[in-house]
Amino acid sequence: MKLSRSGHRPVIPGFRIAMGFAVLYMSLLMLIPLSMLALRAGQSSWDELWATFTSARTLAAYRLSLGGALIAATVNTVFGLIIAWVLVRYRFPGRRLLDTLVDLPFALPTAVAGISLTAIYAPNGILGGLLEKGGIQAAYSPLGIVIAMTFVSLPFVIRTTQPVLQDIDQEIEEAAATLGASRWQAFRRVIFPSIMPAVIAGFAMAFARAVGEYGSVVFISGNMPGRTEIVPLLIVTRLEEYNYAGATSVALALLILSFVMLLVINLLQAWARRSAPV
Amino acid sequence: MAAIVTNAKLAHAAPRTAVRHSSAIVRWLLVLTAVAFLGLMLILPLVIVFYSALEKGWQTAWAALTHPDALAAIRLTALTVAIAVPVNVIFGIAAAWAITKFRVRCKSLLITLIDLPFSISPVIAGMIFVLLFGAQGLLGPWLSAHDIKIIFAWPGIALATMFVTLPFVARELIPLMQAQGCDDEEAAISLGANGWQTFFRVTLPNIKWGLAYGTILCTARALGEFGAVSVVSGHIRGETNTLPLHVEILYNEYQFAAAFSVAGLLVGIALLTIIGRSFIEWRMQKSLLRHANGGPTASSTLEQAGSE
Amino acid sequence: MGIEVANVTKQFGAFAALRDVSLRVKAGELIALLGPSGSGKTTLLRVIAGLEAPDSGSVLFEGEDATTRHVRDRRVGFVFQHYALFRHMTVFENVAFGLRVRPRRLRPTRADIRRRVMELLHLVQLEGFAKRYPSQLSGGQRQRVALARALAVEPKVLLLDEPFGALDAKVRQELRRWLRRLHEEIHVTSVFVTHDQDEALEVADRVVVMNTGQIEQIGTPEEVFRSPASAFVMNFLGTVNVFHRRVDSLTPGPDAIELQCPDELPAGSRPARIFVRPHHLEINAGPTGAPGLRGLVQYINAASPQVKVEVLSEFGEVLQIETSQDRYQELALQKGSEVFVTPKEMRVFFDDGHHGPSTPSTQLPDRMS
Repeated sequence: MKLSRSGHRPVIPGFRIAMGFAVLYMSLLMLIPLSMLALRAGQSSWDELWATFTSARTLAAYRLSLGGALIAATVNTVFGLIIAWVLVRYRFPGRRLLDTLVDLPFALPTAVAGISLTAIYAPNGILGGLLEKGGIQAAYSPLGIVIAMTFVSLPFVIRTTQPVLQDIDQEIEEAAATLGASRWQAFRRVIFPSIMPAVIAGFAMAFARAVGEYGSVVFISGNMPGRTEIVPLLIVTRLEEYNYAGATSVALALLILSFVMLLVINLLQAWARRSAPV
Repeated sequence: MAAIVTNAKLAHAAPRTAVRHSSAIVRWLLVLTAVAFLGLMLILPLVIVFYSALEKGWQTAWAALTHPDALAAIRLTALTVAIAVPVNVIFGIAAAWAITKFRVRCKSLLITLIDLPFSISPVIAGMIFVLLFGAQGLLGPWLSAHDIKIIFAWPGIALATMFVTLPFVARELIPLMQAQGCDDEEAAISLGANGWQTFFRVTLPNIKWGLAYGTILCTARALGEFGAVSVVSGHIRGETNTLPLHVEILYNEYQFAAAFSVAGLLVGIALLTIIGRSFIEWRMQKSLLRHANGGPTASSTLEQAGSE
Repeated sequence: MGIEVANVTKQFGAFAALRDVSLRVKAGELIALLGPSGSGKTTLLRVIAGLEAPDSGSVLFEGEDATTRHVRDRRVGFVFQHYALFRHMTVFENVAFGLRVRPRRLRPTRADIRRRVMELLHLVQLEGFAKRYPSQLSGGQRQRVALARALAVEPKVLLLDEPFGALDAKVRQELRRWLRRLHEEIHVTSVFVTHDQDEALEVADRVVVMNTGQIEQIGTPEEVFRSPASAFVMNFLGTVNVFHRRVDSLTPGPDAIELQCPDELPAGSRPARIFVRPHHLEINAGPTGAPGLRGLVQYINAASPQVKVEVLSEFGEVLQIETSQDRYQELALQKGSEVFVTPKEMRVFFDDGHHGPSTPSTQLPDRMS
């Protein structure tokens, strides 16, 4: 840290080889392949791209993916906040187990999650049957997609909020109490503003993950074009048809969205770090 | 005296004035909500996997796991992990070393780039390799002229897996090494150690738990990646199917018990992963505490972390 | 408002933080709780505030039992050691917080809140800082914001936990005097915790010295300093020389105490510690007839108004002595000079009866030859 690259030679060796390898590896594996997408898009005219992008089927897929991801991220924000609070503040039997289990969606292959959720929510599954009686179709409907997206994006809000909540100084809450604030006022006016940046960052990560999710959703969605077809699935379909131009125009928008989300998440995390409680 | 104290205690036991305690009703309501949500979303799917796998008995489950296609899928998955994980471990160490031990100009750009595969849909991750190496891709004609198969073959699967698992080790190590600073390395070098000695004797012991943590997450993802691999694999039974793809095929062929048996294997690995993760987290906390209580390395670590 | 703490006990696991503590604070008084860390002073403050519930005993505000009253209903202003300012709020919002969280019917109007906050910011000399965030303030400024915020709710008691603990020496000095003046201005009953005896003696009307969960002494700064009630208080309030001797009189005065170590112990004598402050040790060139010790000058620091001299006594004790510049010149003290040291004032505390008469205090050195 005290080393400067300009000026005298750094004391610690290995900069060239480490940086060289890292940059080469990232270029070969990530940047060159990713630029293929732009190259491919460049082969089609703007009008062509736009026409594919604005076709009814593509737009429906985008509406579904974005809408589903928004709902999933919102559900996970509400419950994630409660779960983070419970895990940090309360001691109850099974707490450590729950805390460990929260990471499951990160570790479980998405295909496994997909077939398992489908088995639960299909009309002959244990919850699917119940919902069916209530006139609600879960699997093979947009609801099923939301459920799968909720599963894969579940840990984000919990994991971004937990450490911030942990670090809130007890004195802050005591200060609020000595000034006459009720428990709820202390939460709403003092605790929540401190954890909000972390919560929003978690929300953005959950949203980004849910939008791009493929493995868990394809099983439960039913994959009906225009109704339960998500964007990643549409891309796969186009690729299987060897319609690379079509796939590219659908994927390009998703990729741009990813870049935007990455930027937003980075900014949010910087914000969260800055306003973390002392 | 003791009796008096006890009485007084009883008298004041009811209204607790300690500030952080919410009322019991609120507490239980929140705990119940959390348990119910996690039970529904996480525990139920796990139970269903094992239940469905064993519905037709142990024999069926065992037959599904020992079927030649399943064994081929296990071999291919193992090969993929054996390629992707070591490469990304080396990349992670190299990137973290270059970014944290030196003053690098576009540090945050590099860190953002490393995170990129996390925010890109796995389908796109697979697709870009198809665009590059596929039959209609940029290098497709050249590859087929030289009879090299990447797409719809294991190299494509390995590449796609490497892409999606690229960030895991690096993003675990960068904040850790950032917090530890360069004092230890500078001390080692001033005492006459060379670069490799410094790395293996000073840096590696400091980052071992973070490294293990990243490696575990990387392995779990490499084993389970579906979207990216699905795009490049071509789904050739016994040849280009990894375990998750094998699950898909069995499921789509309505061999549910078999599909869930293979899924059960993956669930087992996932459970081991999160248990390993918890264990490492616990070890990291312990070593942090030990350091905080006056370990020579960590006093500087903590100070530097605090001054960030 | 007067506060009474009666027989309060508080246990944290196996650690007894407060053991049967009783204390009466008069209305308008400024009290210091002084003690080393772990002495229970902060716990006592938190019990008064209602941030900690005592295991037994009671806290009375104005003669009324407030033991079970919730902290938010106690009308105490609490200034936290690390200020506990709300980081996401401006200085103005921090100070206004206590007024804004009141139930609607008790809440002042916006204009009233604004006026009150600005008054307080004026009082703590931070008018120009209303729109700043805590992170943009210095330590001393944050401290004053914390104070203004506590005062905004018009507390009946002001409680301050190590109010100057986190500040550097010069700012501490200034804030001490300022707090004293502020207290004279607003005259709210105040209790503050400190481990710094200078701070307690300089600021407080009365000082409560605490040790291991108990009160050792309560008194004005002068009382506590001049006539410490226990060996602990003597030791805690400033530098002191300790002589481990056996004393045979029940009512020891300077004349009755022999600082020499007699070869034969008189019957009925008891082990005791004799405390002498550095400025109560007089240096002479030779014996004066008064009881005293022979010694060799080991170290001299004349770079302050009082010259600090370290003398190695004939029994191997290192004595800290303060003498005037004039006396230092007059004696022409040098390293290695032989001197004769006489105590002008001393306090004697008998060791509790655990030491049997046959085992003189282990620190009793051998006679030098």
